[in-house]
Amino acid sequence: MGGLTLQFIPYSEIEELSSLGRIKKLLKIAKENKIVLLEGRLNKDEEAELIKTTMEEINDEFKGIELGVIYPEQTEGALLKKIKGGFAKLLLGNRMGLTIIGPASIVKEIKKDPTKIELFTTTPRKTKKKKR
Amino acid sequence: MPRKKSKKRSGKKAGKKAKKAKKSEENAEEPFEEPAEDQPSASTQSSSSSAKNEKLGIIKRFINKVIGSIFKKKKHIKLGLYGPPNGGKTTLANRICIDWLGEDMGSVSATAHETREIKIKEQINIKSGKKELSFNLVDTPGIATKIDYEDFVKKGMNKTVAKKRAKEATKGVIDAIKWLDDMDVVVVVIDSTMDPYTQVNITIIGNLVARNIPVLIVGNKIDLKKSDLKRIEAAFPQYDVIGISAKFGKNMDKLYESLFVMVD
Repeated sequence: MGGLTLQFIPYSEIEELSSLGRIKKLLKIAKENKIVLLEGRLNKDEEAELIKTTMEEINDEFKGIELGVIYPEQTEGALLKKIKGGFAKLLLGNRMGLTIIGPASIVKEIKKDPTKIELFTTTPRKTKKKKR
Repeated sequence: MPRKKSKKRSGKKAGKKAKKAKKSEENAEEPFEEPAEDQPSASTQSSSSSAKNEKLGIIKRFINKVIGSIFKKKKHIKLGLYGPPNGGKTTLANRICIDWLGEDMGSVSATAHETREIKIKEQINIKSGKKELSFNLVDTPGIATKIDYEDFVKKGMNKTVAKKRAKEATKGVIDAIKWLDDMDVVVVVIDSTMDPYTQVNITIIGNLVARNIPVLIVGNKIDLKKSDLKRIEAAFPQYDVIGISAKFGKNMDKLYESLFVMVD
């Protein structure tokens, strides 16, 4: 019976790495058929670079990734709330939020809205049993 | 209002460039006033000053010509069409080309990743009233995070062709991302019948904003029943969203007007 593996990566594990180092580390885990749960997020350049590197590594086995980032955007609400949000961003930066990276062979779709992420996995293919 | 603020910020760069180019072009085209030969000279002093003026004029003309030619080239802004596969980027590129050049730009298909390499149509001039805008149109392959050749097999392609198409498609995505830095203005084309709040759309727009490139979001396929522009507006509240049907040419005038606003 095949299980689903989720691997949590605290931000501290990628904090000191270069952009390329971060991308390689995250992709390596995804290529092991594990779903990555990264504390925080990559910056915009790194997100684009992650897509580029993923494309370079696609082959018959590895079909790519599904990517979802949830990051609190404080665009509405009271002024005090916005200021608090601003301070939190200033202090925590990319450590805020959550990034999910799943191999496309396992994760069919990541649906998101500003407050939640839904992850849909692919249904395993049914193999016909040979009649004897 | 956040939408207006963001638009102003995002349009700043292209606006400055366009103004600079316009100014230098005006200077370059400004005719140098030659002193009239048949006009009697008022005094010897004035004739010596006119000779001095003429020398200055020659230098001025030379400088204007050199600087003008540099910025004249820059007037042809690069307008990129970006978005996920099957959003209708090539259909829009074809529509723009048919409207202003009378010819197509590329082939379209219901199967994803039909456009697998960057296509450029140079020097498209669009007009709106007295305004004129000249740009190079760059149609890019759809950006995706996964490409499976088996999806093409399911569409009826044989395995070899499907694998080749998948390989080309991955290269196309890489090229499209590489080209982001070269764009002056970008139109993000989103299929208005699909969920717009995808990470690909967010990543594309986020990268454009980070690079200070003006962005216009276009919700395509508004001719279809499932089309829902409000979903796009809700997903990207900081931006103006224009609903069009590139296939039938609906609302194209609004799109052209918005392009003028962006580069002004």
